[in-house]
Amino acid sequence: MPLTPQEVEHIAKLARLELTDEQKARYRRQLEAILEHVAKLQELDTKDVSPTASVSVGQMPLRADEPRPGLSKDDLLKNAPKQDDGQFQIPPVFE
Amino acid sequence: MSKLTELSLKEMQAGLRESQFSSRELVEAALKCIEQVESSLHAFLHIASESALEQADEVDRRRTPDDGRSLHGIPIAIKDVLAVEGMPATAGSKIIEGFMPPYTATAVKKLQDAGAIVIGKTNTDEFAMGSSTENSAYGVTHNPWDTSRVPGGSSGGSAAAVAARLVPAALGTDTGGSVRQPASFCGVTGLKPTYGRVSRYGLIAFGSSLDCVGVLARDAEDAAVIFESMAGHDPLDATSVDSSTPGTARRGRCTASSRFARSASALGESLQGMKIGVPKEYFIEGMQAEVQEKTRAAIAQMESLGAEVQEISLPHTEYALDVYYILAPAEASANLARFDGVRYGPRAEADSLWDVFFKTRGEKFGSEVLRRIMLGTYALSAGYYDAYYGQAQKVRTLIKGDFEKSFKQVDLIACPSAPTTAFEIGAHKGDPLSMYLEDVFTLPASLAGVPGISFPVGFDNKGLPIGMQLLAPHFREDALLSATHVYQQVTDWHKQAPDLQISRGRS
Repeated sequence: MPLTPQEVEHIAKLARLELTDEQKARYRRQLEAILEHVAKLQELDTKDVSPTASVSVGQMPLRADEPRPGLSKDDLLKNAPKQDDGQFQIPPVFE
Repeated sequence: MSKLTELSLKEMQAGLRESQFSSRELVEAALKCIEQVESSLHAFLHIASESALEQADEVDRRRTPDDGRSLHGIPIAIKDVLAVEGMPATAGSKIIEGFMPPYTATAVKKLQDAGAIVIGKTNTDEFAMGSSTENSAYGVTHNPWDTSRVPGGSSGGSAAAVAARLVPAALGTDTGGSVRQPASFCGVTGLKPTYGRVSRYGLIAFGSSLDCVGVLARDAEDAAVIFESMAGHDPLDATSVDSSTPGTARRGRCTASSRFARSASALGESLQGMKIGVPKEYFIEGMQAEVQEKTRAAIAQMESLGAEVQEISLPHTEYALDVYYILAPAEASANLARFDGVRYGPRAEADSLWDVFFKTRGEKFGSEVLRRIMLGTYALSAGYYDAYYGQAQKVRTLIKGDFEKSFKQVDLIACPSAPTTAFEIGAHKGDPLSMYLEDVFTLPASLAGVPGISFPVGFDNKGLPIGMQLLAPHFREDALLSATHVYQQVTDWHKQAPDLQISRGRS
């Protein structure tokens, strides 16, 4: 399954990853090998098979929709690389 | 009395109950042992000496006669993908270096509530992606049986810690074999419960349709104690299931094993009438001959203990690897989107938010994680979704169906845990696909969501442990633990400990 350098760039962009040229070349090579291996799945006829998204057994009951205590704002902010005035701080999105 | 760290969990419980020693003595012995071997093993990413000793003193002060099931005062270790309040959580990654979780994972909380003392967080492949712990951003863990070799992974730190007798039990997680394969490589007993049987609240997610919290211990009896303490429904994890809910506990045909104790801690004493299926697809060319030999010998021994052994077929086994390496990276690429340098972990400096995302993620994720994010993103991307992700989900149905059919004929499935014993550090360097093949025997059960256990059944000619697996229908951990326990009553593979060539000192 050949991948073009442009496809690799596109995937990295979708995944929000800045990669070096060396990484792009390496992942292109390795992804090609893995995709060639998984191409084996195409040999199975699955037109009458339904997909499995979850292997949960039994019910997944919803809990009651009632307010309850959660983590405090301080707890949630304490791991932030930057915070200001009780909020996560980020570089400007709009200039 | 033998050294305190040599005691099993059950023996520790008994000793504490009879006041033969205090919890402080147990914790001190464990910490001392860790100090002596850690430079050659690197099983831990964080050691919580102070809080562990404080808790031990607390237990010693307040100890009341217990019912024999309590974990009061017992030191345990936790794989560093589970949150424990007051201890850093890294998931083996630089992208959340320094993260201090504001809460404790439910599985850990339940053990703490039963009195267990967390003495440290164990090493793991980054975000549990790997089969050797070589993908940890904080250095590889060494196998206690041969420190030039890997302990397996991704729960390699936990497996090494239990094998080296640093702790009697440790939590691991298993997405595609990450409890069972390291258990096999380190000569310990590793239980991967049914998907949903143990809450994943507080587990740093990798593949959400696959992730399970499991336990590594010296034997089935000890594993059962930990498993029972942490299983059950948790309102904080919608996929967690209360196994006592009618209709969930007895899926599959279990006529023979209905005689076995329903409670995992009341383990069975016989394999009489238990039907064990041996799937022919799990004995393949290219696997280490001794692994095959010892697994077959253990199955023969189970037969002599009363089990009825028959060959079965799980015809879609050969597709499991390909299904897994589409689905798990796809789920990982979505789960790991949250690590963007905004809410936790370090942030790469940049002028725009866009660049913060790209630089932080590009710099801080390790190479295996980047590879899987790339692979998963590709499999989910427009134009490829149906061919990869969609097809993999359909083949997953076929693999699940193989197990459903088999469990109409047999109670348990017996097979090898891994194709080889522990390999040399660096053996798969630069060849991710060859590393992925290490999981070939553990992936199918993960995809089907059924429980599995790996336990030692012998050694190869280099003195490295060999493990085999038993697999059971959903929620039949009791059958797995019972059968393993019966085997361990008549064998002593699980009692062998590595010689670390290091003075353990007196405890």
